[in-house]
Amino acid sequence: MPHIGSYDERVKNFSWSMAEEELGYTPGDSINIGWYCTDRICDMGKGDRTALIWEGFTGGEKRFTYHDLKLASNTIGAFLRDLGLENGERVCLFMDRVPELYLGFLGVLKIGAVVQPLFSAFGDESLYVRLSNAETSAVITQRKHAPKVRKILDKLPHLKHIIIVDHDGKAPLREKEIAFSLEKATPVEELEIFPTQAESPSVLHYTSGTTGQPKGVHHVHYSLISQYLTGKWILDLQDDDIYWCTADPGWVTGTSYGIIAPFSLGITQCVLDKGFSAEAWYKFIEKHRVTVWYSAPTAIRSLMKAGEEIIGKFDLSCLRHLASVGEPLNSEAVVWSEKVFGLPFLDTYWQTETGSIVISNYPGMEVRPGSMGKPFPGIRGTVLDPASGEPHTEPGKIGAVALEPSWPAMMRGYWGNEQAYKSKFRNGWYITGDRARMDADGYYWFVGRDDDVINTGGHLVSPFEVESALLEHPAVAESAVVSKPDPINLEVVKAFVTLKPGFEPSKDLDLEIMNFIRKKLSPLAMPQDIEFTDGLPKTRSGKIMRRILHAREWGEEIGDTSTLEDD
Amino acid sequence: MSELKSVILDYVIQEYLEDDSDPLEFDSPLISGGIVDSFSMVSLKRFLENRYDIQIPDDDATPEAFDSVNKIADLVERFEAKKG
Repeated sequence: MPHIGSYDERVKNFSWSMAEEELGYTPGDSINIGWYCTDRICDMGKGDRTALIWEGFTGGEKRFTYHDLKLASNTIGAFLRDLGLENGERVCLFMDRVPELYLGFLGVLKIGAVVQPLFSAFGDESLYVRLSNAETSAVITQRKHAPKVRKILDKLPHLKHIIIVDHDGKAPLREKEIAFSLEKATPVEELEIFPTQAESPSVLHYTSGTTGQPKGVHHVHYSLISQYLTGKWILDLQDDDIYWCTADPGWVTGTSYGIIAPFSLGITQCVLDKGFSAEAWYKFIEKHRVTVWYSAPTAIRSLMKAGEEIIGKFDLSCLRHLASVGEPLNSEAVVWSEKVFGLPFLDTYWQTETGSIVISNYPGMEVRPGSMGKPFPGIRGTVLDPASGEPHTEPGKIGAVALEPSWPAMMRGYWGNEQAYKSKFRNGWYITGDRARMDADGYYWFVGRDDDVINTGGHLVSPFEVESALLEHPAVAESAVVSKPDPINLEVVKAFVTLKPGFEPSKDLDLEIMNFIRKKLSPLAMPQDIEFTDGLPKTRSGKIMRRILHAREWGEEIGDTSTLEDD
Repeated sequence: MSELKSVILDYVIQEYLEDDSDPLEFDSPLISGGIVDSFSMVSLKRFLENRYDIQIPDDDATPEAFDSVNKIADLVERFEAKKG
């Protein structure tokens, strides 16, 4: 029987206080996610239970019980405190999916500092804008990623410490660097947990928009209430489950549902720190007897591409519940998973800003392949008429997906950018930036983005950020960046580029520009297609019209071109 | 073959490794080892296509086929042979 029981009944009788009571939290008490995910589980007598099974790319395995989790997060927290770091300061985690990433996340929260996870494949420019905006005090990283921090160190006056978790002594530590080894550190049995309150800042994830620099999405410790309950009702995490969330904690899924939800529920989760291959993933599920699997459409499409034959080599009968996040899950993928695993992937919809799942398909509820599902109990959603800004009154009309911002994990702001935060609301609704239609039964159906942001493999890329970086390449005069369709990643980045005098289009220049962006921003932002052109479509006022180029890539109607510069 | 492998190895070291990374061998895992991710694989494929004047279809550019310098060299040799 799924935890949620009947969705309709839950909607009728819902209150977030249900989760508060289960967690033993009374409004007004202190609430610290780090404590709830470790000490509380130990206090419940589950200290010996396996919390984390970690497997590296060479096949090496490490296991941590909840007591280990408590000790390790205490030890990291104590180390940070001894360095002089205090509550409210931002501490960045810039690591691959090594155990220190998961344990460090909890340790930072325990001392009341704000944890800022960043994707380890970010280039130095992407790293700089995020550390600079957050005025980050410390970065916890690995030896292999430290050079990217060193490159920008001079431009980061607030950065006091670079903590290296795998220093081997072969090369000397540089300015502001300090080594920390979890294995060699003396375990700290008891740590004074900072008494964070419901509205104390907890996690700062960065997300890209159409214009401007990436924005730091500010979450608070009270988000736990949403993450706990959605993990329980949507992912249906039960006491004896072995759970695998394939997301990297550099992104919000990897923290909300790769750390907070499973650990606050006291279940066992697995982590695979290895690049994607269908065989490796199936082998991992079989080996660890994974029961609940939370992944992404890009991965699912890659598995579909790998074929069905390979699935027959593995015993995947352990799987009992599958869910997906990051981008719309196409109906073919749902049908395919039912055929090959005997289970559909249930699509879940949410954003960095929402902090937890807000619209979803639920265990036990009729799955309509291709649908986003229905709002989580307690969350009021609608589809707004773009003209009036009021909710559509008839089903089937396309409009802006909007939510009443009332759930605990909703963002509390964009770091240092009140104006951008306010712009996300209209008539009391949070405007998601996505368009959808709602059918007569209340199911939402994704239509597209309301802006130019590119969703590639479930990650948002700002065209503005890529265009700005392209202009720093010596050969580039102007650029326009749009999405283009991709069978695996849904969308990938495409750049239209005009060259400065003295430069000619060539295959080598094409590759050079690709690599330039990959290293400066990230592999996600790297244009997978560069089209050299003599000119870009512009309005008479000189603004580049991305929508013309976008329409061309997607085979859509170009629409009104009356304001074009030279039509 | 050894020259081909050396060219690929040097390119991977130059483009995808940071200064302090562990040494890379011909059989070091590139994709599964997190050195080259699925997005970066596109630029590595483009390099091979430019350098050896070949076209590697997407269906052949799998994470398994790109997982080490040895495997990539096999792939390039296969497509060079097809060129005749």
